[in-house]
Amino acid sequence: MLEKIKFYQTGSNTVGNRMLNPAMRTIQASEDRPNSLISGHRACQGCGEALGARYAIDAAMKATNGQIMLVNATGCLEVFSTPYPESAWQIPWIHSLFGNAASVGSGLAAAARILAKKHGQENAPRIIAQGGDGGTTDIGFGPLSGMFERNDDVLYICYDNEAYMNTGVQRSSATPPAARTATTQLVGDAPGADWGKGKDVPLIAMAHGIPYVATATVADLRDLENKVTKAMSFHGARYIQILVPCPLGWGLNSSSTVTAARLAMETGFFPVYEAEYGKVTSVRKIRQKQPVLNYLKLQRRYAHLTGKKADPNVVARLQAMCDQNIKNFGLLDDDNTEAAPVAIQAFERNQSV
Amino acid sequence: MKKKAFAVTLDPATSLSNHTGSWRTLRPVNVFKLPPCNNQCPAGENIQQWLYYAGEGDYEHAWRVLTEENPLPACMGRVCYHTCEGKCNRGFLDESVGINSVERFLGDYALEHNLGFKIPSRETGKKVLIIGSGPAGLSAAYQLRRFGHKVHIVEMGQEPGGMMRYGIPVYRLPRNILDAEIKRITDMGVEIECGRKVENIEAEKRSGNYDAVILCLGASISTNVDIPQGDTTSILNALNVLGEIETKGDIQIARRVAVYGGGNTAVDVARSLRRIGAEPIIVYRRNRDKMPANEEEMDAAIEEGIQVKWLSTIAEARKDSLKIEKMVLDENGKPKPTGEYEELPADAVVLAIGQNVDTSVISKISGLNMEKDSVVIDNETMMTSVDGIFAAGDCASTDRTVTRAIGMGKHAARSVNAYLNGRAYKKAEKHEIAKFEDMHPWYYTDAPKQIREELEAARRCGTFDEVQKGLTEENAVFEARRCLSCGNCMECDNCYGVCPDSAIIKLGAGKGYEFNYDYCKGCGVCAQECPCGHIKMVPEQI
Repeated sequence: MLEKIKFYQTGSNTVGNRMLNPAMRTIQASEDRPNSLISGHRACQGCGEALGARYAIDAAMKATNGQIMLVNATGCLEVFSTPYPESAWQIPWIHSLFGNAASVGSGLAAAARILAKKHGQENAPRIIAQGGDGGTTDIGFGPLSGMFERNDDVLYICYDNEAYMNTGVQRSSATPPAARTATTQLVGDAPGADWGKGKDVPLIAMAHGIPYVATATVADLRDLENKVTKAMSFHGARYIQILVPCPLGWGLNSSSTVTAARLAMETGFFPVYEAEYGKVTSVRKIRQKQPVLNYLKLQRRYAHLTGKKADPNVVARLQAMCDQNIKNFGLLDDDNTEAAPVAIQAFERNQSV
Repeated sequence: MKKKAFAVTLDPATSLSNHTGSWRTLRPVNVFKLPPCNNQCPAGENIQQWLYYAGEGDYEHAWRVLTEENPLPACMGRVCYHTCEGKCNRGFLDESVGINSVERFLGDYALEHNLGFKIPSRETGKKVLIIGSGPAGLSAAYQLRRFGHKVHIVEMGQEPGGMMRYGIPVYRLPRNILDAEIKRITDMGVEIECGRKVENIEAEKRSGNYDAVILCLGASISTNVDIPQGDTTSILNALNVLGEIETKGDIQIARRVAVYGGGNTAVDVARSLRRIGAEPIIVYRRNRDKMPANEEEMDAAIEEGIQVKWLSTIAEARKDSLKIEKMVLDENGKPKPTGEYEELPADAVVLAIGQNVDTSVISKISGLNMEKDSVVIDNETMMTSVDGIFAAGDCASTDRTVTRAIGMGKHAARSVNAYLNGRAYKKAEKHEIAKFEDMHPWYYTDAPKQIREELEAARRCGTFDEVQKGLTEENAVFEARRCLSCGNCMECDNCYGVCPDSAIIKLGAGKGYEFNYDYCKGCGVCAQECPCGHIKMVPEQI
C-alpha cells in the first residue's frame, strides 16, 4: 500500500527519496554509484561540467554494466580530470586532440567490434565520445558531422557551458547573444556576443537523421539519467547536449550552478527535449515559468542587462527568444509540439523581430 | 604501478591523492533548525520527527516519538486546537499539513493495536502526590512514572479525566477513547483515586510521606455575572450543564436557551444543547472577528443551525424573554453599550463567560502566592512559592487549553524529577527556527490537504456521535508525507547527488550523510539545493 502513495514530500524532483523502492531511485542516489569521475579532480568550485560528466557517465555505466570506453576532446573536462600524473577517471579513457574526439570514437567503435568478433564475444564495449561546446560545435564539428553521417556506433556527449572556459572564456558558436566573454567585450552599440551568430547543434544532429538526439541539464537529474540510459539502448550515432553552467565563465556564485541550469530550463532559454530519427518525441515541460530576467540576474556575464544602464530592448529581445523557444518546442502544457522546431539562430537572424 | 610509457598512461582514480579540501574558504555543516510546528506546540511535541516515521509507515515508532511528550494522542488528535498548523511552512506553499489528523490516526492505531507504555525498569522509591486527574495531572503522572517514581493521583470527580470528561462534549471526544488512554497510564502503575476531594494538602503530603506535590486542580468553577432576573427564568452555569449531560446523558432545561459568552465553552454548551433537542442561541457582546472561540468549532456550530446574537449583552432576564442591550465596538475593539434595547425570547440562560479556580483548598496552604485566581509558579521550574509543591494546568495558567495543560504537566514532572534528585530544572533551550525562506520550495510538488470526513450537519443534531471521523491509513500517510521536514534532514539524497566533487558520503538508510572535508571545495551547491535548509556554509577557521 505504501508503494502506491505519491511522494509529495519532494515529488521526484530531488535526487533520491528514502521512501522510494530502491529500483525506482536515481543512479546518483545509490551508495554504490560508479563515481566514474571521482574526487580530487581540479575543476573549479561548483563546476557544472564535473557534475554533468559524473551524472552522464555513471548512468551509461549502469546501462551497459560497466562496458564503456571514453574518448575526450581537449577542454576543461580533459584538463581538470587528468593533470599528470593523476587521473580522476575510473574507466578506460583516452584523449587525442581538440577536434578529433568523434573520429577517435568512430575508430574505437570499429576496433571494439572487430576485437569482440575475434574473441567470440557477443557484445563489444560501447564508446562514448565527449567534449565541451568548443570541441564539439566549433573545432570538432567536421569529425562530428562525419560520425553522424556514417552512423558510427558512438554516443557523443557535449557538455555545453557556452564558451571556451579552459583558455579564458572566449566566445564559441554556442555562446548566446549579448553574453560577455573575453572576445565579446562590452563595447559598441550591441555589447556582448553578437546577435545572429552561432548554431544549434542538437537540431543539426537531428537533420542527420541519427537514431537519438537529446538535450538535458544538470538541474533535472532524472531526465538526464533517463536520456543517457535511453541513448545506450540505441546503436548508431547518438548525440546528447547537456547544459552545464560554469561559475567562473558565467560570473555565477559557485553555489548557483544547479539553480542557473534550472532557470535556463524554466525560462525557456534552454529547451530540453529528445528526438528519435530526426523527430522530436518528447519535451520536458516548464514547471514554474520564470521571466528571463531572473536567469540573467544570476550571471555577471549579463550584468550589463540588469544594471541601471541596461538596455531594456536587449532583455526584451532575449525574452522574445525564450518565448519563441517555448512556442517552437511546446514547453508549456497548453502548447502542442506538432510544428517542426526551428533553430533559434533563424529567429535571431529574422529581421522582423 | 603498471609498466607504461612516461606521461602517456595514468592509473585510474589517482586524483584521490590531490586533497582539494585545501581550497575551501567556506565549510558546509549540518544545522538542525526547530520546525515552526514544534516551536508552536504547547505540549512541546516533536511533530516533524513523528511525521517522518508516520510517512514511512512505521506507525509504532511514530507513536513512540509522539508519546515522549504527550501521552494522550488519540484525545489530542480530536480536541487540540492545533495551533501548530497555523505556523506550518507548507501553508506558504499550498495548505498546512494536517498534523492534528495524523496525530489522531496514530493515537487510534495505537489503541487498535494495544500499544502500551514501557513500565519503568527501576523504581526510585520516591512518592509524588498529584491533585486532579485532568490533562495536566495525567501528563505529569505519566512523565513521573517514566522516571520510576511512585505516583498517586487524587481526583474529586467520580471518574478521571477532569475537563476532558466534564467539560468537553462526547461528540468531540468519545469517552471510550479517553478511558483507553487513561487506562494505558494506570497500567504503568499510576494510581488514581476518584471521588475524594483533598481538604488539606499539607496534611495529606505529610501523612502520605510524599516527596513532592503537583497541583493540577484545573479551573472548575464557572464565572458568575449578576443579571437582574425575575423569579421564573432559570440561570445555569456552563460547567454544570456540561457535567450533567456527561453524567446523566440529558438535562432538564427549557426549549429556548440563551448561551451567554463567546469562548469555546459557550460553543460546546450550545452544540450539546442542540443535540438534546433545545434551541440554543449564543449571545455575545462582540463580533465574530473578536470571538475567542475556535473558528472551526464555530463554523460547525453555525452549520448545525445554532443562532448567534452578536454585539449584545443581557441586561435583564424576565419570565420568557431577555432584555438585550445592543453594543458597538470602539476603535480599540472594546464593546460599548448603546442604550438601545430589544427583546429576545428565551426560557433559560446558560452562563459561559469563563472559569475560575476553586481556591477554597489551596488558599489554606501557608505561603502559597496567588494572583487573581491563579497559582503563581516559577516559569522555569513550575514550582509554587512553597518548597516541594508544584502546579500545572489551568490552575496556574491563563492559557487554558488541554494541550497547554499537557505541556505544563510534562515540565512540572521533569522539574519534580530534578528536584527529587537535588538538581534545578531548566527547560531545554529552543534552537533557531526554520523559516520558509530557509527552504527550497522548488523541490516540493503541490499536494492537496486530506480532509477528515464529518457527520452531516442534519444528522448531528439528534445524536452525540462523534462529528469528525479519522483519516484512512492511505490518507494519513499521504498527509504525513506532505511535511516539508523544515530544518531537518529527510534523506532526499540531494546533497549527495549535486556535489560536483563527490565529497559527500552517504552513510546508508537512516544514518544520513557526512561531508568529506578532504575533497570538499566549499562551493555551497549542497547548501543551496537542500530542500529543508539543513546545510549551512560557515567561514573556515584559518
